[in-house]
Amino acid sequence: MAETHIKNFNLNFGPQHPAAHGVLRLVLEMDGEVVERADPHIGLLHRGTEKLIEYKNYLQAVPYFDRLDYVAPQNQEHAFALATEKLLGIAPPPRGQAVRVLFCEIGRILSHILNITAYAMDVGAMTPMLWAFEEREILMEFCERASGARMHMAYFRPGGVTRDIPDGLTDDILKWCETYPQVIDDMESLLTENRIFKQRTVDIGVINAEQCYDWGFTGPNLRASGIAWDLRKAQPYDGYENYDFGIPVGKHGDCYDRYLVRMDEMRESLKIMKQCIENMPSGPVRVDDRKIAPPPRGEMKHSMEALIHHFKLYTEGYHVPAGETYTAVEAPKGEFAVYLISDGSNKPYRCKIRAPGFAHLQACEFVSKGHMLADVVANIGSLDVVFGEIDR
Amino acid sequence: MAMNLDLQDLGDYIQDGLGADVERVDEQGGELTLHVRRDAILTVLKFLRDDANCKFKLLLDVCGVDYPEQAERFEVVYHLLSMPHNQRVRVKLRTDEDTPVPSSVKLFSAANWWERETWDLYGIYFSDHPDLRRILTDYGFEGHPLRKDFPLTGYVEVRYDDEQKRVVYEPVKLVQDFRSFDFVSPWEGVQALLPGDEKAERDDTEKGEKS
Repeated sequence: MAETHIKNFNLNFGPQHPAAHGVLRLVLEMDGEVVERADPHIGLLHRGTEKLIEYKNYLQAVPYFDRLDYVAPQNQEHAFALATEKLLGIAPPPRGQAVRVLFCEIGRILSHILNITAYAMDVGAMTPMLWAFEEREILMEFCERASGARMHMAYFRPGGVTRDIPDGLTDDILKWCETYPQVIDDMESLLTENRIFKQRTVDIGVINAEQCYDWGFTGPNLRASGIAWDLRKAQPYDGYENYDFGIPVGKHGDCYDRYLVRMDEMRESLKIMKQCIENMPSGPVRVDDRKIAPPPRGEMKHSMEALIHHFKLYTEGYHVPAGETYTAVEAPKGEFAVYLISDGSNKPYRCKIRAPGFAHLQACEFVSKGHMLADVVANIGSLDVVFGEIDR
Repeated sequence: MAMNLDLQDLGDYIQDGLGADVERVDEQGGELTLHVRRDAILTVLKFLRDDANCKFKLLLDVCGVDYPEQAERFEVVYHLLSMPHNQRVRVKLRTDEDTPVPSSVKLFSAANWWERETWDLYGIYFSDHPDLRRILTDYGFEGHPLRKDFPLTGYVEVRYDDEQKRVVYEPVKLVQDFRSFDFVSPWEGVQALLPGDEKAERDDTEKGEKS
């Protein structure tokens, strides 16, 4: 019998596919149902953030960070604020730090809700998204009450936060912290022991610790492979060393463990939020330096000095001493870092954004090779990619 | 035996271990920077990854920086993290438009996309890279947008053409010029020369020559 030559089938996955989590175009080479090669094409959401930041002063750069990982904007701003503060040699007052920690953890829960539920929907479960998005909406209302914007807060500024949180907000957040564990339990009852969910995720996309190092994994994806590494513990910033929380760690490094780690991280975040509210210090939320933080409105009505400071801050901005820093925070998706180079002027000379999703997505081929087409969807979901930060 | 070294000692230790491959070690604001020879980058990264006192197993970032006024205009910056020792290190080398940098993909798989990005945005060429294609910019894009001499607005813009029923590329047309404000204050810093100041000095010397 004559030998037939079978050609591999090329499949374009995305960029308009609901499981592509945005604008991922994945070129798959399929041998029947098995993935032979996966080539992610990214950059469809490239907006030139780094270039734009080089042409804006430091304060104007803050909103760009909201638009990177747009499901947890606060954490990105945090990295930029910390980097700028380091170059300026300032530190925010204790209350400013506590407010930042509070909203960072809100950001973490926002991101994990979106990831877990969207991921569950990719593998066939509709209900978690409907249930948990209600909670996400409540969290975004908290953000709105603090900053005026539901999503793109532009709330963390170098030197602290824009304004103090309104009265009663902490009480409402505390109340929500009491009710939310029930929602997590409900979601767990839907997913954790769900037969279909486990069939789709257990032993899919396994990556061990050494491979994680090789591919530059950080955050929940790294912890799911059994490495207890969390920047909030290892290199604490903004007073994270004062909070008592655990680091959830997985065992197998598969899609299922990545899901479990995120579930537990939400519970740990709630612990931090509670401690944060209980020990919320009083006082200012922003450095008392008119060269960096603007004067209060009231003062501007009768003080010429204050008016000049306000004008200078919002036209020229502040000059940051020459130097460079690589400042990283534990964002919900992993290590988010800003490599900031200042030449002493009012604009950053270079602002490199290190997005965790970029490293995770490039391992997509590695974790998907030899799996079925449907598992690619589970892998992408469990790696938690958001194209705002990958494409920048 | 592995031990925890503080940053200064770690810098000295790396300098001793690598000798002339490391040109200079800086410590600034609690961050260690190694300036290395371009050709030695793989030796340096391998040492940092495998040595018991370093264990910088995670390559977190590779990026370029552009200093157009310098002879070798580009700097390639690597950021590494050592989890066992809880240390970070930054490795820098210099190159120009034509000189390739050895690719570190063989040592760290993660370097693949970071180097593609650096190639895309700066045009820094990495030799022996398995797949050096553009990554962030458009298919068929020309130029390297993060270079300092690349305009912020770019050269082309796209729109959907209803007659041709496709997206077309056109030279960028701005309704208003990009406004770049000069924030050099005449009150700050004596080095600020106002336009015309140089004439005052030239007058004395040049008059003599002309007559």
